[in-house]
Amino acid sequence: MSAPFNPSRRRFLTASAQTSGLLLTLNLLPAAQLMAQADEGEGFMPNLFVAIDSDGTVTVTCHRSEMGQQIRTSIAQIIADELEADWDKVVIKQATGDPVYGDQNTDGSRSVRRNLTRLRQAGAAARQLLRQAAAHTWGVPVDQCEAINHVVTHQPSGRSMGYGELAQTAASQTLPDPEGIPLKTRDQWRYIGKAVQSVDIDNVVHGKAVYGFDVQLPDMQVAVIARPPVLFGTVRRLNDEAARAVAGVTDVIRMPALEAPALFKALGGVAVLAGNSWAAIKGRDALEIEWRNGSNARYNSDDYMQQMLATSRKSGEVAREHGDVDEALENAAQRITAEYTVPHLSQAPMEPPAAAARVSADSAEIWACTQTPQSTRREVARALGMEESQVTVNVTMLGGAFGRKSKPDFSVEAALLAKQSGKPVKVLWTREDDIRFGYFHSVSAQRVEAGLDADGKTVAWLHRTVFPTISSTFDASQTYPSAGELRLGFADNPFDIPNMRLEKGQAKAHVRIGWLRSVANVYHAFAVQSFAHELAVAAKRDPKDYLLELIGAPRHIDLPGAGVEYDNYGDSLRTYPIDTGRLANVVRIVAERAGWDAKRAQGRKLGIAVHRSFLTYVATVVEVEVDERGSWRIPEVYVAIDAGTVVNTDHVKAQCEGGSIYGLSCAIGQITATDGVIDQGNFNDYLVTRINQAPGSIDVHIVESDAAPAGVGEPSTPPFAPALCNALYEATGQRIRELPVPLRLSLS
Amino acid sequence: MKVTVNGKVIDYSGDPQMPILWFVRDELGMTGTKFGCGMALCGACTVHLDGQAIRSCVTPMSVAADKSITTIEGLGSEGEHALQKAWKTHNVPQCGYCQSGQIMQAASFLSQNPNPSDSEIETAMTGNICRCGTYTRIRAAIKTAAEDLA
Repeated sequence: MSAPFNPSRRRFLTASAQTSGLLLTLNLLPAAQLMAQADEGEGFMPNLFVAIDSDGTVTVTCHRSEMGQQIRTSIAQIIADELEADWDKVVIKQATGDPVYGDQNTDGSRSVRRNLTRLRQAGAAARQLLRQAAAHTWGVPVDQCEAINHVVTHQPSGRSMGYGELAQTAASQTLPDPEGIPLKTRDQWRYIGKAVQSVDIDNVVHGKAVYGFDVQLPDMQVAVIARPPVLFGTVRRLNDEAARAVAGVTDVIRMPALEAPALFKALGGVAVLAGNSWAAIKGRDALEIEWRNGSNARYNSDDYMQQMLATSRKSGEVAREHGDVDEALENAAQRITAEYTVPHLSQAPMEPPAAAARVSADSAEIWACTQTPQSTRREVARALGMEESQVTVNVTMLGGAFGRKSKPDFSVEAALLAKQSGKPVKVLWTREDDIRFGYFHSVSAQRVEAGLDADGKTVAWLHRTVFPTISSTFDASQTYPSAGELRLGFADNPFDIPNMRLEKGQAKAHVRIGWLRSVANVYHAFAVQSFAHELAVAAKRDPKDYLLELIGAPRHIDLPGAGVEYDNYGDSLRTYPIDTGRLANVVRIVAERAGWDAKRAQGRKLGIAVHRSFLTYVATVVEVEVDERGSWRIPEVYVAIDAGTVVNTDHVKAQCEGGSIYGLSCAIGQITATDGVIDQGNFNDYLVTRINQAPGSIDVHIVESDAAPAGVGEPSTPPFAPALCNALYEATGQRIRELPVPLRLSLS
Repeated sequence: MKVTVNGKVIDYSGDPQMPILWFVRDELGMTGTKFGCGMALCGACTVHLDGQAIRSCVTPMSVAADKSITTIEGLGSEGEHALQKAWKTHNVPQCGYCQSGQIMQAASFLSQNPNPSDSEIETAMTGNICRCGTYTRIRAAIKTAAEDLA
């Protein structure tokens, strides 16, 4: 039975009786802004579910994917807090891909920032219904009934009933206006803002958590695919005799050839199906394929970088401008120019992509480690010629993702093979598949020029960025960086410089380009924060003091007001201004915690960088020690983060530790291509941080704040590489403008 | 051939070249042991063979004949291993995918070196990659477990 509510109000919450208790449906606002062309659909009225059973069990449905950020725990914390639920009685159910849940695309560091208030209101509304149910049962006023820790008590008489006992009655109560229900004050929070332990930790340490790779279905075949080595290549000739002869191999299937744009379609090639993973891998090794490579075989990443650098030396299209940069440069006492390059990177989650599919004539079911179950559903439906309603997408645990699993191509492969073979199929990507056939972090060339006056103050700033755009994956004709990428650490430059011009240059993509943790912030922060340090050196100033001077006085930067196309990560500038006061604050805090001005142990030097991304402010200090052979290590790292209101302090710390180490991996790794073929294939040639390279300690300070919640998963990654390179400069006098950073510097 | 897995004797007549990884995952359905690289470069697949940590992705079944395999599912069969407890004390896991390999590697290491130095821990764990970057907590948890076992 549906609870009545005022139809003139925006539909928000509905309550209905389940067989055994209360089911609260929370309708969420449509996602304010879409992240990219590839994002979820729009215009729907999404919702979430909180269910309370008659035994008192509270089931929270988590609509975001769990990839290590502990979002399953955070979402439950938020709802349970306002619901005043006993944490031990809360269970989490993972949502399938369905627009009714609202935006499910778990990227852009927005799970908490887009859901905190709404989920609090949902918990509070449920709690209010339970109070009403108790009042109704006892025939007393609601305001005499308090709901605390899973029990409603009538204060004057001391009578009490548990949530489970009240669930049925609660479902028939008139739903309160959720916006009229007072939310708890911060001092009343029981779970929010606390270091609640992950709900999944027991399963993880006992090997019981189920990831995409782990899915087993009755009669399931395992498939591995030989994909064209060059993007948009095709099979010219196939001999599968030896592959079919491998014991356990059941079928060899040619995938449809991929045509531009790449989108989230299967890459093509030849699939080998077998009764077990080992036979499938051996079978693929036995395939003899002659490929037709096509025009991307001209792609050589070294030459390409030179072309991009040449582009960066010429005027580009202006993305932001104020003052007169040319005149200011002309009149400057000192002119400094630097060029920065960053190679392609691979997200390389520990679990490579994997998806299982079962397809019948009129339905399909997918199990996948996906960040994006809704676009998985859409793409699978499209590939199979079905309606989305015929496709169910089950989200497993994700063994890391970092943006790779926001692309559903691997689920499409599984669906196509399950359809063609008539059996359930699990597609496994080996590590080589993951590294060679990914959606790569874009390759970047940037040129920055600045003019300093006689006092060493920066008076002119000209920055050009050139990189192949993610948009090319969706529209092959796109060659300019998109506004959505420029806002990531480029157009939103926070420096208070009277003359500034930011320009973008063209580059055509030859591989699939995609999102990687913090996306274009990685290379933009590297250039801007390295160059800030170069300017401090030129001005003979302390780098931290000079950085604060560049940031300038506390103010809100109004980019749209200055005519800059800027969407502020899809959230309003009123709630989330570009606040240089908060930016400077994290710089001061991190410097103090790191003992910036104190004497350090012999041979140890510090570097600093600060960056705002995903509406969060992060400053990082990296301490390095370089030995006489040029090998470096990182004894200490300090991070100060202002992410506004935080839900779980330990998760935030963990994300800053991990985001820093991911930033270190971004500084030492590289993907290159020769004749269109990716040169790297596994962890022997694609370097990622190992424990012996990891910082000895990472001190994370979370700025206490009542501000609106901001992103947490990504913002600690961008400042790491520039802080590291600035420290290495302090230690060696060697400026690293070209990533990757060699593990051993050649000291002159 | 006969092989013991987590204390249970099993007859195996399949491909002797099949890596132990795929045997325990596909044939026994125990998926706690993970695939990460297939080349003994990342340690996600670490199990014990007669108590010694090995990379199961490159170790063929023929090597396991008449030997005993322990996987994460069989670690601490009498309750939770000190490392599993320490992993929880320090909230080590993020995505968790590499953690069974990390724990199995650390368990074998601690059984041979119950009182390790920081650099010994680092050397022992260098072959195990964690992309989430839980390394500082892994170090701390191994020390806690070592104290607990002492």
